[in-house]
Amino acid sequence: MTTHRIIIGLEVHVQLLTKTKLFCGCSTQFGLPPNSATCPICCGLPGTLPVMNREAFHLALKAATALNCKIASFTKWDRKNYYYPDLPKNYQISQYDLPFSSEGWLEIELPSGPKKVGIIRAHLEEDAGKMLHDEHAGKSDSLVDLNRTGTPLLEIVSKPAIDTPEEAKAYLEELRLLLREIGVSDCEMQEGSLRCDANINIHVPQADGTFIATPIIEIKNLNSFRGVERALKYEAERQANELRRSLDAGAWVVDSSRAKAFRDYAVIQVLTQRGSEVAKATAGWDERTGRTEIQRRKEEASDYRYFPEPDLVPVKVDAAILDKVRTELGELPAAQKARLQSQYGIPAYDAGILSRQGRAFVAYFEAVVKTCGDAKEACNWTINDLLSTLNERQLDINVCPLSPQGLGELIVEIKSTGLNKQRAREVYTAMLDGLTAKQAIDKLGFKVVGDEAQLLELVRRAIAANPKAVADFKKGKLKAADAIKGFVMRETKGMANTEVVQRLVMEELNRG
Amino acid sequence: MNLTAAELLERQSTGDLSAEAITQSFLARIQQVEPKLRSFLAVDEAGALEQARAIDAKRRRGDAMGILAGVPIAIKDVICVQGQRATAGSKMLEAFVPPYDAHVITRLKEADAILIGKSNCDEFAMGSSTENSAYQTTRNPWDLERTPGGSSGGSAAAVAASEAPLALGTDTGGSIRQPAGLCGIVGLKPSYGRVSRFGLIAYGSSLDQCGPFAHDVRDSALLLEVIAGHDSRDSTSVDRPVPQYAKVVESPVQALVIGVPREFFNQPGAQATGGLDAEVERSVRDALKVYESLGATIKEISLPHSPYSVAVYYLVATAEASSNLARYDGVHFGHRAKEFAGLIDMMKKSRGEGFGAEVKRRIMLGTYALSSGYIDAYYLKALKVRRLIRQDFDRAFAECDVIVGPTSPTAAFKIGEKTGDPLAMYLSDIYTISANLAGICGISIPCGLTKTGLPIGLQILGAPFTEEKLLRIARMYERETDWHKRRPAV
Amino acid sequence: MSLSADEVRRVADLARLELSDADVDAMVRQLGAIVDYINQLQQLNTDAVEPLAHALDVHDVFRDDVPGTSLSPDEALANAPARKDDFYRVPPVFGD
Repeated sequence: MTTHRIIIGLEVHVQLLTKTKLFCGCSTQFGLPPNSATCPICCGLPGTLPVMNREAFHLALKAATALNCKIASFTKWDRKNYYYPDLPKNYQISQYDLPFSSEGWLEIELPSGPKKVGIIRAHLEEDAGKMLHDEHAGKSDSLVDLNRTGTPLLEIVSKPAIDTPEEAKAYLEELRLLLREIGVSDCEMQEGSLRCDANINIHVPQADGTFIATPIIEIKNLNSFRGVERALKYEAERQANELRRSLDAGAWVVDSSRAKAFRDYAVIQVLTQRGSEVAKATAGWDERTGRTEIQRRKEEASDYRYFPEPDLVPVKVDAAILDKVRTELGELPAAQKARLQSQYGIPAYDAGILSRQGRAFVAYFEAVVKTCGDAKEACNWTINDLLSTLNERQLDINVCPLSPQGLGELIVEIKSTGLNKQRAREVYTAMLDGLTAKQAIDKLGFKVVGDEAQLLELVRRAIAANPKAVADFKKGKLKAADAIKGFVMRETKGMANTEVVQRLVMEELNRG
Repeated sequence: MNLTAAELLERQSTGDLSAEAITQSFLARIQQVEPKLRSFLAVDEAGALEQARAIDAKRRRGDAMGILAGVPIAIKDVICVQGQRATAGSKMLEAFVPPYDAHVITRLKEADAILIGKSNCDEFAMGSSTENSAYQTTRNPWDLERTPGGSSGGSAAAVAASEAPLALGTDTGGSIRQPAGLCGIVGLKPSYGRVSRFGLIAYGSSLDQCGPFAHDVRDSALLLEVIAGHDSRDSTSVDRPVPQYAKVVESPVQALVIGVPREFFNQPGAQATGGLDAEVERSVRDALKVYESLGATIKEISLPHSPYSVAVYYLVATAEASSNLARYDGVHFGHRAKEFAGLIDMMKKSRGEGFGAEVKRRIMLGTYALSSGYIDAYYLKALKVRRLIRQDFDRAFAECDVIVGPTSPTAAFKIGEKTGDPLAMYLSDIYTISANLAGICGISIPCGLTKTGLPIGLQILGAPFTEEKLLRIARMYERETDWHKRRPAV
Repeated sequence: MSLSADEVRRVADLARLELSDADVDAMVRQLGAIVDYINQLQQLNTDAVEPLAHALDVHDVFRDDVPGTSLSPDEALANAPARKDDFYRVPPVFGD
């Protein structure tokens, strides 16, 4: 039971960064007073009609193109009919059989290497409003705020090709990065501009090489990427236990003659005692208890009665429009990462960190390299020191107190003077207050001791004072040389040129 | 006051009449006949007089006058006027006050027309007799025992009885042309996309069009000119120039070819679909002779799929309606039941109480046609036959200018005659429905009276966006006859 | 008759319509007759025909992403059957 496979598919909704709603001129701003950003159109008052927001369609096209989707040359909108008080027309304008995009992929970085996660489709639809339910559910009235009604949403449906909860989190992070980079969505899960439902089931191997599949559970109410990961972990485990229990108790049965192919193996769906497939179900994730709560199993699928939206006309997309969108996209994170690796000779891992910080950060890094000419050092300083500074101070790279030229000059200074890392960090910290590298070094009174004769004198004293370290070194413990170097550094208050000291220590030890 | 809009405009420009005097006169007429007819759901007496005075003041100042300055008009109650109740003939919207004007209302206000009141109609424009109004039954001015047709029966009766010289209606399957025919006036359904639907309470969105009622073709042209044209708030409103219909209407069409579909007439041994009345058929054939005498060529054509149009219509229109009317659930606007247990029950009871029988039937039919397991056999099948119907018209218009036939199989029927048999009621729209499915334009003009003195309508259908030609051809007939000058004695 | 009372009830549930038993009986009769009439469409072979949802050959109609005027909460809620503060008020969603 422990070697089961996890099958995860994610359904992500992101709000598009338009000024106005999908079909009317009301604001999409988050957090406005209730029912202050509505009009007859988004309230669905009788006689009103929708007109498509050009920018919303454009942003949707950008996203789908960036997700390597096929873009349909002809697309239309459909009505999805269901009754809910946050949906004033009681139908949602969405896309059914002819979505504007399909069959794409998103490349994510895993410890095992890169992986392309397939995307089934991405389509454009309108958001619903918000309901406020009383704490004592079912006891008192619910309240409806229609501000969010009609906000443009892009629904992105992944293939059930995500294999672990960690992978699901990586997929979401990569998706967020991409959509933010191209200006499609701010993807703030806390504000609901990115929402995720996760479909999960497990395939448990049997002795004969086939797998038993548990019924798919759709997890809702996921409020953070970590929550997604935790919920999926919990749910995979829960399904494994439920399967074991239900099979033991005879509540679920397996009919080997009903195996179906999945990827490159055969899967058998569990059946009820009556012989029908155990129905899919929806579960809510409770962040507090760390559990999924299974809601009622759906005995029959909802009947949404989709049909073409007669109040909107179709949209045609030609090659010229797609070319324009591609040009606007610029360099996407995956391509950028590959370029950073090859152009600067930095490791894939580092290139990944750089590219995940976004375009502005990468531009900063490249400007540092331009000034100092050392990509490796530039990379170390930006992804270690600069990134932690930004995180600590909660700053955006665009308002970074240290210019890339400044950081580049610091690197040049370190290389020319041999300033050690600890001292260099002090200089760096002073530079955050607006000093140049030279000013900071002067102010801190750092004067690197580079005089060879003076340093040789110190090295010899150190050797004399540390006979044990010398003996260890001679026995082959090369690390023992650090004690000698440390002595010299202490004597110079850390201002010795580390490269020179290194060379002299080695020469002296090997000589004696 | 039996004058046409054109005559009222003329009398005002010569100073014979003021807008106020005109309005007062029509208001007096409404007072006089309304107890018998019940054409109006609301008469805005104070508002109309105020508008009229403002228009007179404007004229005195020497300002440029709108093209319908001082002409009263009745508005079907499915069309929204800001700040005035819009009930759509339904209990559901008894208290609904739209905070906006329909596009056609904005145009009418810009044209200085006087909005005199909201006219009765079948609930949500669903019906062919105006008997489905939740409020009142409108009578046919030619025979008070009979219906004025529907669904725009209030608008048609108001014009026929000279309660207003003009009216707006809406036509989803014949709801302008059929009541115009049964009330002896002119009614025009524009091509789909010609007139903005913004502010028109939707029934069947891919079929609905707003159009004019008037005593004659010239007035129809005038009103169409005001309401037609592009509106950026309706995605299906087409951006193409609006001809000066009223100006060109007097010039006859040369080398006119009239198509007469054999399916619209009784054939030896076979009655036409819907059962065409012999008197109606005779009047239509007489009208064709008038055209022949004007040099027109009469050509028999075929619209082979037209017998299926009622079936297609009652799937497409009801499917769209089932979705369009879903918003009336007692949550954000409209009727909410007083007693209920929980949300779903509130919705069901509000809708159960707020909708009348015919609306419920159509919602049920449309929901059924779209529901899982039935959508292919019903809704999608209907869309396919809809294409065949459209193709029939495309082929026909390749060989004729317009298609002429009866507007309705019979003259006005008696109140209550068809209420027990929905299907029989539906079949009274057999000749008008296919124009909506195909998106073409059509007009009904008076072409005779039955022996018992009931009006008979002649329907002329034109290719999409050929309203100009349609009006000119209608006017050719009108000039030769005086049916349009007959008025009922109410 | 082509529609059963159970089917009528199922459709009424989908359409959120409360029907009395008498309503259901009438619907079975009337809708049944209409559906029987409509079934004449099945005589036509439409295998090679594309559905026509719209008679209009228009596409690519957009509005610019320019803010318009919104209603004030009071204007928006003017037609609401019930409100609480600046919200629409509805019976409990999870009630029966």
